[in-house]
Amino acid sequence: MEALKKPARMEHLEEMLAFVSTRAREKGMGEKRILEVELALEESLVNIIHYAYPEKDGTVEIRCVPSGEGKLRIEIRDQGIPFDIFSMSAPDLNAAVEERAVGGLGIYLIRQLTRAAEYRREGRTNVLSLLF
Amino acid sequence: MEIRKQKTEKGVLVSVSGRLDAVTSPDFDKEMEGCIAGGETVLVVDLQGLEYISSAGLRSILAVTKKLKARNGKIVLASLQSMVKEVFEISGFSKILPIFSSKEEALSQL
Repeated sequence: MEALKKPARMEHLEEMLAFVSTRAREKGMGEKRILEVELALEESLVNIIHYAYPEKDGTVEIRCVPSGEGKLRIEIRDQGIPFDIFSMSAPDLNAAVEERAVGGLGIYLIRQLTRAAEYRREGRTNVLSLLF
Repeated sequence: MEIRKQKTEKGVLVSVSGRLDAVTSPDFDKEMEGCIAGGETVLVVDLQGLEYISSAGLRSILAVTKKLKARNGKIVLASLQSMVKEVFEISGFSKILPIFSSKEEALSQL
């Protein structure tokens, strides 16, 4: 298993995405699929960077967990406040421009671009498990 | 991300290339605010060179769309590429924004 742990800050986002896209490329994924993997990762990480540690600095760890042939399982772990992102309601995709809100859209994109996406709390750790 | 702006008879042609994400979208916002503050009300956004967009980028495009609408202005998008096109479709943005297959077509529709 390969892992990368970084402070949960925006300046580390690109490095974390590059870490995962390298693993995806090694799995033989096509370039478009790799960009989709990066998108699901970015949405998950930005959420943690913005909300997981409201009162202190913290870290986020990305683990590439062994999975089936051609598949990629990523676990994103933080020790921030408990937050099940999948408890958020889906956005109204049919709303007009004036009423259109973007809240919840990132989570919707994660769901659409993964084979499976699950949240669990392990002790004091939030674990987001994404299967591509 | 790189942004190039070019004045045309019908509006400003804004060419965006690279990645429009949580890191780069604040720069995009500033450029668009600059256009609007300069009195521009019609923007043609050419995404031919854009390879990646996330919800942060969608949020920026929505924000500039709302600002232009409030000024009776208009935004049209052109040349969405593979992943960007897919994200617009999944998010429903392709239903709420005018999208053309090329910047020439977008300009001719204004």
